[in-house]
This record gives sequence, structure tokens and C-alpha cells, in this order.
Amino acid sequence: MIEFTLWDILRNLLFAARWTVLLSVVAFIGGTVVGLAVLFARISEHKLWRRAAFGYIELFQGTPLLLQLFLIFFGLPQFGVQIEPWTAAALGLTFYASAYLAEIWRGGVEALPIGQWDAAAALGLRRWQELRLVILPQAFRITLGPTVGFLVQLIKATALASILGFEELVRTADALNNATFQPFRVYGFVAVIYFVLCFPLARFARRLEDKGPVRA
Amino acid sequence: MGSGLDFGWLLTGWRALVEGAGMTLWLTACSTVLGLAISVLGAAARRGRIGWLKATVGVYVEAIRNTPFIVQLFFIYFGLPSLGVNLNPVVAAIVAMTLNVGAYATEIVASGLAAVAVGQREAAEALGLKPRQVFVKVVLPQAMAVIFPALASQVVITMLDSAVVSQISVRELTMRANLIQSQTFRPFETFLIAAAIYLALSIALRRVLNRIAARYLGPGLT
Repeated sequence: MIEFTLWDILRNLLFAARWTVLLSVVAFIGGTVVGLAVLFARISEHKLWRRAAFGYIELFQGTPLLLQLFLIFFGLPQFGVQIEPWTAAALGLTFYASAYLAEIWRGGVEALPIGQWDAAAALGLRRWQELRLVILPQAFRITLGPTVGFLVQLIKATALASILGFEELVRTADALNNATFQPFRVYGFVAVIYFVLCFPLARFARRLEDKGPVRA
Repeated sequence: MGSGLDFGWLLTGWRALVEGAGMTLWLTACSTVLGLAISVLGAAARRGRIGWLKATVGVYVEAIRNTPFIVQLFFIYFGLPSLGVNLNPVVAAIVAMTLNVGAYATEIVASGLAAVAVGQREAAEALGLKPRQVFVKVVLPQAMAVIFPALASQVVITMLDSAVVSQISVRELTMRANLIQSQTFRPFETFLIAAAIYLALSIALRRVLNRIAARYLGPGLT
């Protein structure tokens, strides 16, 4: 039987935290890309696109993330698609993030006065130019606080990847707990590590929101 | 795709799913009621004048909001027994969910209390109401009307997050689905149905809550 010192536990957890951070970053980037596509559909001029995007968002915000991950990780192999825990987690969290981010940004777009659209149209801009040059820069700016706030939610959400067997913080903690029988200490450390990751971001997000919408 | 899908297991499996959904709703109801009670006290303390109480509530709220629910759950279920507190899975799940709702709702209720104009409290005091009456009869109802949408979505989020308690083998919807798919080897169809049930529950829950709001709270402050 190997003895685990306090430092052994902490070191293993800190190493595992890298994977939590990496998964969060990948999901945030993926979620931004897919989320933009969903946003464009959600604010499209065509009813069909708007409906489809609404359904997409409703689907991901109305079902548990855990089941979304299960469907990808356990469901896809049924169709002959083999998928690693890492890929399944990154994919599932990307979709999850995209739905939330699209909804946050849509709020920003809708918060803009209609005059912004009128002015952009009066300048003779095409729809795409209106969005790119006038609407989206302002929408992103006023939703910066909630966007950073969602990143906190996403970091916490990566903990569910442990259930698929991806070796991030919680999975490593489970293994350490089984080896050391010190659940109080192990999960306590894990909580502290998450807190250190999330709290500054949450503070930052709140400061951005308190400052209120920055005038473009 | 269609040829590969098989929903035959539903003939025998539906019962387990319905029971699981019942457990999911039960967990959600318990933790919502208890969590709301905590949140009203927490919000009152947070906006009150007792320094140490304010700080304690602040630490509680931030600790919960900045750590994953699954870690809180494992800490309570696996960690507390080493302090001599043994909880059965259902109780551990309710405790963890309640603490979770309590923290998020404390923030929401506190923001609602802040949104009620000071004049309302002053007017109530001028009418000779006692401090507790001012809070319970004048300030709180107005705050509730403002924050109801935020509270309602928090309840839905809590219901969805409860899927995680399947990991300490509480026999709720996700756990039941997991048991079924381990027997039928039909994970895709099983989790798809379970997801559909959650979706239906969250849509229904939102409707019910909105109806309650319309009935008891009247239009919010604008």
C-alpha cells in the first residue's frame, strides 16, 4: 500500500486541474464559434431559421447536461461511432455553451435601440455589414459581464466530464479518495481549487455588470 | 437511421421512468421549498446590520456559487461520514440541492429586496408597522414580484442539475434510465426518452410557476 502524503494529494489534484482548465477553454472557444452560428440563426430575417435556433436553445437549456453528455458518449457508439471521453466531453460542452452564449448575446442584440438598425440601414449597409459593423460590436460589449459569468458556469460544468471517465479534477479526486479514504480532505481540496479558478472570474464578471453597459 | 432504433423496451421500462421522474420532482420540490426559506433569511441577513452574520452568509453564497454541484454532493455524501454524519443518498441529495438553491436564491432575493424603493419601507414604518411586519407584508411581496422570473428559472435549473444525484445512486430519472440502458444495451434511445421527459418537465414547470405568479403575485414592479 502506497502512502499518500498531503502533498501527494495536492500535487495530483493540481496536475488534474490543468485538464479542467483546458476542457473549459476548448469548450468556450467551440461554444463561441457554434454559438455565433446559432445567434445568426436566432436573429435571422427568416422565420424558419429563428424557429430552428429557438428549438436548439430550448433543447440544450431544457435538458440536463449530464444526459447530453451520455447521449454523445454512450449513444453514438450504438451507430458505430467510437468516441473518447475527452472528445465526448469537449463536444457536449461545446453544444451546451453555444446554446447559452447565443441566448446571452441575443439579449444584447435585442437590448439595442431600433434606431441602431435604422441608422445602419440609412447608411446603405447590407444586412451582414449592419451586424458586423454596428449591431454585434455593441451587443457583445453590453453582454461582456454575463459572458464572463457564463465562463464560470462552464468551468463548473466540466466537472461532469468526470462521469464519462475523463481524468479532470473530480475524476482524479474520486481515484484519490478510493486510494486514501480521506474524502473530506480530497473533495475539500477540489472545492478550493474550483473556487480559486471561479471566484476571480465571477468577481470580474460582476464588476463588468456593475459598471453597466459601456457606451459604444 | 430509423431502422437501427428500437423503443420496444418502453413497454416494460416506462414504469421505472415515471417513478424516476416522480423522484426528480420530489427532490426538486423539497429543495426548492427549503432553499427558498434559507434564501429569504440569507437575503435578510445579507442586507441587515449584523456584521458577522452578513459575512457568514456571504462566504456560504460564494462557496456554493463558485464550486461544482457534483463536488458539493460528493463532499456531503462521502465526506461527512468521516465526521460521523451518515446520510442516506436521498437525504444527502436533498441537503446538497437545498444548500445549492439556498445560495443562488439568496443572491436573487437580495437583489429583489434592493429593488424595492426605500419609500415603501418608510411609509410602512410611518403607518406604525413593526420591523418584521414591514419586511414580511410590505417589502418581501414586492421583491418577490420583481424576482419571480429569476427564481422560476432557478427552480428549472435545479431540476436539471438533480440528474447529477444519480451518481450517488438516488433512483431518480437519470439513474433509472441508466439502469434500463445497462439491461437493454440501447443507451441512445433510453437517454433520448429521458431527455425528452426532462424537457417536458422543464416546460411544464415553467408554465405552472408562471401561473402561480400570475395568481398570487400580480404584475411585477416596472
